[in-house]
Amino acid sequence: MFSLTARACRDLLGSGEVSSTELVELYLDQVERVDDRVGSFLLVDRDGALAQAAAVDATPRDERLPWEGVPIALKDLLCVEGMETTCASRILKGYRPPYDATVVAKLRAAGLIFLGKLNMDEFAMGSSTENSSVQLTRNPWDLERVPGGSSGGSAACVAAAQAPWSLGSDTGGSIRQPASLCGVVGMKPTYGVVSRYGLIAFASSLDQIGPLTRDVRDAAALLDLIAGNDLMDSTSVGLPAPLVMPTRTDLTGLRFGVIREFLGEACEPGVREVFDGAVAAIHAAGGMCEELQLPSVEKGLAAYYIIAPAEASSNLARFDGVRFGHRSEGAVDLIDMYNRTRSEGFGEEVKRRIMIGTYVLSSGYYDAYYTQAQKTRTLIADDFRRAFGRVDYLISPTSPTVAFGIGERTQDPLAMYLSDLCTIPANLAGLPAISIPAGLSHGLPVGLQIIGPHFSEQGLLEAAYAVEQRLGLSALPSIAEAGR
Amino acid sequence: MSGETRPHSPAPGGGDGTSGEWEVVIGLEIHVQLSTNTKMFCSCPVTFGEEPNTHTCPVCLGHPGTLPVANERAVEYATRIALALGCRIADHTIFHRKNYFYPDLPKAYQISQYDLPLGVGGHLDVELDDGSVFPVGVTRVHMEEDAGKLVHAGGATGRIHGADYSLVDFNRGGTPLVEVVSEPDMRTPEQARAYLTQLKGLLEHLGVSDVNMEEGSLRCDANVSVRRPGAPLGVKTELKNMNSFRYVQRGLEAEIERQIAALEDGERIVQATVHFDPVTGSITTLRSKEEAHDYRYFPEPDLVPIEIDEAYVERVRASLPELPAARRRRFVADYGLQAGDAGILAANRPLGDYFERVAELSGDARLSANWVTGDLSAHLNSAGVGVEESAVAPEALAGLLALLGDGTLSSRLAKEVFQVMLETGREAEAIVRERGVGQISDAGELEEIIAAIVEANPGPTEEFRQGREKVLSFFVGQVMKQTKGQANPQLVNELLRKHLAG
Repeated sequence: MFSLTARACRDLLGSGEVSSTELVELYLDQVERVDDRVGSFLLVDRDGALAQAAAVDATPRDERLPWEGVPIALKDLLCVEGMETTCASRILKGYRPPYDATVVAKLRAAGLIFLGKLNMDEFAMGSSTENSSVQLTRNPWDLERVPGGSSGGSAACVAAAQAPWSLGSDTGGSIRQPASLCGVVGMKPTYGVVSRYGLIAFASSLDQIGPLTRDVRDAAALLDLIAGNDLMDSTSVGLPAPLVMPTRTDLTGLRFGVIREFLGEACEPGVREVFDGAVAAIHAAGGMCEELQLPSVEKGLAAYYIIAPAEASSNLARFDGVRFGHRSEGAVDLIDMYNRTRSEGFGEEVKRRIMIGTYVLSSGYYDAYYTQAQKTRTLIADDFRRAFGRVDYLISPTSPTVAFGIGERTQDPLAMYLSDLCTIPANLAGLPAISIPAGLSHGLPVGLQIIGPHFSEQGLLEAAYAVEQRLGLSALPSIAEAGR
Repeated sequence: MSGETRPHSPAPGGGDGTSGEWEVVIGLEIHVQLSTNTKMFCSCPVTFGEEPNTHTCPVCLGHPGTLPVANERAVEYATRIALALGCRIADHTIFHRKNYFYPDLPKAYQISQYDLPLGVGGHLDVELDDGSVFPVGVTRVHMEEDAGKLVHAGGATGRIHGADYSLVDFNRGGTPLVEVVSEPDMRTPEQARAYLTQLKGLLEHLGVSDVNMEEGSLRCDANVSVRRPGAPLGVKTELKNMNSFRYVQRGLEAEIERQIAALEDGERIVQATVHFDPVTGSITTLRSKEEAHDYRYFPEPDLVPIEIDEAYVERVRASLPELPAARRRRFVADYGLQAGDAGILAANRPLGDYFERVAELSGDARLSANWVTGDLSAHLNSAGVGVEESAVAPEALAGLLALLGDGTLSSRLAKEVFQVMLETGREAEAIVRERGVGQISDAGELEEIIAAIVEANPGPTEEFRQGREKVLSFFVGQVMKQTKGQANPQLVNELLRKHLAG
């Protein structure tokens, strides 16, 4: 049961084999069984979900929408009207948004059922979900290891079969890296394909919402549900055409570029081994692989850690205790209230990035940092453009390492930042990228990242589907099977 | 600053200190709220004076996750302003974030424009009372959003110091604003006031704002410095938030006086923001440059750049009404109006429209101008209403002027009838007919009266015949007395001369 894809859930509902209530209860029971160990959920809306399910069950099957009654869980930075949404931060404790994010409204309209909100690094800043102010999330494959981040809860809940699928957000790899570490599929769409309205912003020019799923076809289905131009988000454009289910099984005629810069010493041998296996699988499916150099991508990490904090320092300034969220007691005046509220409300990593961002935007430093970083961003985009003149897709390991131990990198921010080495450039260039499970290294999942040109989602999903079929991976962590 | 936008010569009257002449340099920054239906970045209505926090939404309250969407109409209005000021319109313009913390600023940044504003390099031809015109350069015209309003409660003053607590009203937050920054081209407070007055007239003319300084839909900050003639620019201070035309002038006068006095005492002017208190007439320093904000401007990533093509600019340009300067020239050239009347009529678009209608209907432009700028304007000013709300329509005024023109009414009677028209909203002709207010222009009727008067006054008649012209006014007085002032004076004169001549 718990290896179910969302499509399987849909089909079981459609055939009447299970009711939505039964389906929702199965997942809620699994959450109850394992979440004290995994820690994916910050909030489980048992009553709301069961009420929604009952309403679906009361509707005749032939009057239901295709996905009506299928459950989903949401990263806790997506606003759901009236449902506590905290970004795993003390500063938003108790905050109930007065509105639905556009993606939430779309899923609601499609009849999906919200199981609850998922843990994350505070304000999506981190690569292990250890920066959550609330709780740890543990990797379902090894509970002593991190699930990755920042969408750690979104990845872990799918891996541990606490939900058939989930939504996360990706600013520098926050969907793909945890998907890789938890052995699920995670996709960051082209910047602008999905509306950001109602996504609590980390870095506005980089953030995209995307699916975390058991397989590529579910990713295509969920992306199709949430994609679209939105009047509430001027930077949204949607997809050129609705997505159709990927069917491609051979890769004949497709050229894949292996990004050499991502196979350097930072890349673990075990990861390299699995990656080489994936390259062999692509060959076997008829695809051609060649190594490519993208000289500017190595500067991606540096540029990212200027641009993202710069935008974050401004985006997070609204958490000032005036209108919502935490307000410190006992302040003597306005400035004191700001200082205390923000000192108490934000965690260490968030404060670090606010300070970096404030610094790089300051008069006298702006050109040296922010302007340079933007130029680097342009160079990286140019590198990709040139590469896509030669190949159809670019591939790399999603993460240079498998899931690392809890606490292993918390004292070393730079080591933590390196987790996103391979994922950040796609955000800087606004490109779509997907991570699919490519195999296990010492029993831990390794992800393959495939990056495509802007708005190539359909083709990217087709290619990913073909590779997925060839790799034939369907392993689940034992905790996902516990309920069977 | 281009050469052509400079004043031809420094205007006099900057201020003479005891140690010799000082030249004053003034530049103004004007904020004007646009009268669009909805706010700059959300669909809340733009309102004034409503219950606090009744016109807000997640976007203008800065709720997490919300995004701004630029108001197309606001961009159009801003383009109108920039074009009317002769600015070049940028083909690529972007928004920036101006970051600072304050409770009335929900996002803790104001979406504004920085190094790529909508319009640059314009000017406004400002006419002074003596009819001379001097151009003031316009550095830039840019778009931004307004902040909310703080209400300080408790305490005695209603100001922040001493208040028990403060409340925020976000109704105003997100209202579209346009900032017009002038070059430092003004040399006297009077010039600054004239520029502000005429800019206000222009904005009113364009129909893009209520331009009400008391309500805050027009706000003015001034940068002011003094220097010895010919010397480099002095250190400037910024005079903030003056909410009437009079305060702008008085504030500038006070600050100039302060600066000159300080310099003559050998002090240095410190770059600072200063406040003018209209009650005490004094200047206080709010914050010096050393404490000034670093706003950390950077491009607003939530909004896409606005690309403006030639066709759009031409479309907006074509939609502009005739601008006051051109209208003033046309009124002088086409209607033969005095520069003063033409200026008044051109500065106020509805009044100018009203005048043109009356002139067309009456066929007497000068007379129309006299009435519109005279009796009509006096009434509108005292009633505190615009010409659109006048009880007397242009057609009605033209009707009155027709009765004046054909001699039915004297000027004095016309004024009386006009008052009745204002009170009752009725046509002049009806009033004249009903009340018998009308000149006796019937020669036969008048002749009888005059003959009787001449016959009854043989003495004065004899005097007149001997050449004492002055006696004529005695007879006119008698006729008017008998006719209760309704006789046509011209006709009376004519008939009297005939009868007196014997």
